[in-house]
Amino acid sequence: MSSSAPETTTGEAGLLLEGVTLQLGDGDDTVRALDDVSLRVEPGELVAVVGPSGSGKSSLLAVAGGLTVPTSGTVRVGGHDLVEANRRTRARLRRELIGFVFQSGNLLPALTAADQLRLPTRFARRSSSASERPERDPHALLAEVGMDHKADRRPHQLSGGERQRIGIARALATHPRLLLVDEPTAALDRQRSQEVVALLVRETHEHKVATVMVTHDHDVLHHCDRVCEMVDGRLTPASPATPGRA
Amino acid sequence: MFLALRELSFARARFALMGAVVALIAILMVLLSGLSVGLVNDGVSGLKKVPATSFAFADGVAHDAAFSRSVVDVDAVEAWREVDGVRDAAPYGNLLVNARSDAGVDIDLALFGVESDSFMAPEPTEGEPLGDAPTGVVVSETATDEGIEIGDTLTLAQVGTELTVVGVLEGQHTFGHVDVAYVPLRTWQEVKVGASPDDVAAGDLPERTYREVTAVAVRAADSADLAAADRAAGTESLALEESFGASPGYTAETSTLLLIQVFLYAIGALVVGAFFTVWTIQRSHELAVLRAMGAPTGYLLRDSLAQSLVLLVLATGVGVGIGVGAGALIGSTPMPFALDTGAITLAAVLLVVLGLAGSAVAALRVARIDPLTALGGHR
Repeated sequence: MSSSAPETTTGEAGLLLEGVTLQLGDGDDTVRALDDVSLRVEPGELVAVVGPSGSGKSSLLAVAGGLTVPTSGTVRVGGHDLVEANRRTRARLRRELIGFVFQSGNLLPALTAADQLRLPTRFARRSSSASERPERDPHALLAEVGMDHKADRRPHQLSGGERQRIGIARALATHPRLLLVDEPTAALDRQRSQEVVALLVRETHEHKVATVMVTHDHDVLHHCDRVCEMVDGRLTPASPATPGRA
Repeated sequence: MFLALRELSFARARFALMGAVVALIAILMVLLSGLSVGLVNDGVSGLKKVPATSFAFADGVAHDAAFSRSVVDVDAVEAWREVDGVRDAAPYGNLLVNARSDAGVDIDLALFGVESDSFMAPEPTEGEPLGDAPTGVVVSETATDEGIEIGDTLTLAQVGTELTVVGVLEGQHTFGHVDVAYVPLRTWQEVKVGASPDDVAAGDLPERTYREVTAVAVRAADSADLAAADRAAGTESLALEESFGASPGYTAETSTLLLIQVFLYAIGALVVGAFFTVWTIQRSHELAVLRAMGAPTGYLLRDSLAQSLVLLVLATGVGVGIGVGAGALIGSTPMPFALDTGAITLAAVLLVVLGLAGSAVAALRVARIDPLTALGGHR
């Protein structure tokens, strides 16, 4: 942890994992959820991680997002160490540096689409560094994901694809360095899945954010810049799908 | 408050239900407080308005029945007068009697016997003060509500003593739920021994008749050594407030009501705590998502408490409003009921504070929610 403000240090990877191992459970029952995982994601790059259930994909997101501290190894987001940081600091780094996109959006039922985007900026506003970065206008961001016309709707009035678009916009609202995406197409049909992943790729490139997307949906991999495969806690580069980006 | 207020409006049916429960508790609190203050007034308002600081009763008298059982010799008055720090002392008699006015009104009275030139003499706002006439009586304003007027003749049951109403005291002066009537001490002493007017005229009352009073009313400075005075005079003094417990039924009434109120506060805190605990559990996935997004724990705690504060203040306000309205209606009936701003404010504040304490227990769950559960297919 060098400073409280996430400075723009050029050449710093969006996400850097080096030799990350995560042991779960204790005694004879230990499981290596992550086994010597290394991964570097540059700003503006979307890396997809595929693999069967229980292969450690969720653990990868948890470690990269500072929700879990690995047993050993290095985790850096935009140059900030997540392993050495305490609980409180990790929460601060999450709200300042990391955006999460969850399965089926996980929006708050009480909030309108525009308010969903305002909420994370209110957490971030509590940090000293927040004033240095201009807040993103919720309506501009909603327009970017094609949802400006539904800014006043609440989640129960929206379709799964619409919720996921708003979830993506919410994750981007605080100018994160790292976007962690958990099975974004789990609840969507094929057509919506393609649209949502294409949107993710476009936003990743446009906002120069490093994105890690965990998915089991092989039909969307052609959108991604790079694909890795997770098997039994080990991460290996998979043959890149046809680079389908413009 | 960003999230708190939006949730309040989004889940308004649920919060309205909870608010209704809190409001009902608040109504009950106001009514109980009114009843409580009303009963206290009924029991001891006549004592509260007495200009004494203490009553010196007979040594060893039962504290809960001191006014009816105590008998003190008038010499004790002199003994008290001589104590340092005692500004004044006067004999005082207390006796519950039945009377009938010449207009045919039956009324229970608490006869307060005082010397008309002592500091204990009543100061009526209507009519005349107690003079030298042995038959004069000054009554509480509440007696006029029963149909007693200045100039009426009151005939005491059994002894047959006839008294003439000469003055009326402003406001409520009651003791043990009956109206106070001040009479000259000598008259009180005659009634106390059960002497009829004929007995008094015959002049063969025992000598002790005019020596016995209920207590010595004392007006003392804070510095006065009351214990030493008690030893010197052979009495047992109770501060004015302590003497309230000697009023008939006072302790039983106030402790019963206090018990009900304590239970209501506890129920209020539990109900609010249980509601917010369920509400927190219902939202635990949302809260995990918020924590994963990096929401500071303090922010979520403050938001939760602010939410319950808004609910409690609104619901209590509505409840107190309705309670005061209902209380005003009850106040116009003969029920012992009085709305006291201080008591109602205290009840409202207590309800809000205890409700907050209950929801604080629920809010602690917020701090324990693991952000990790936001990942994966948990729903």
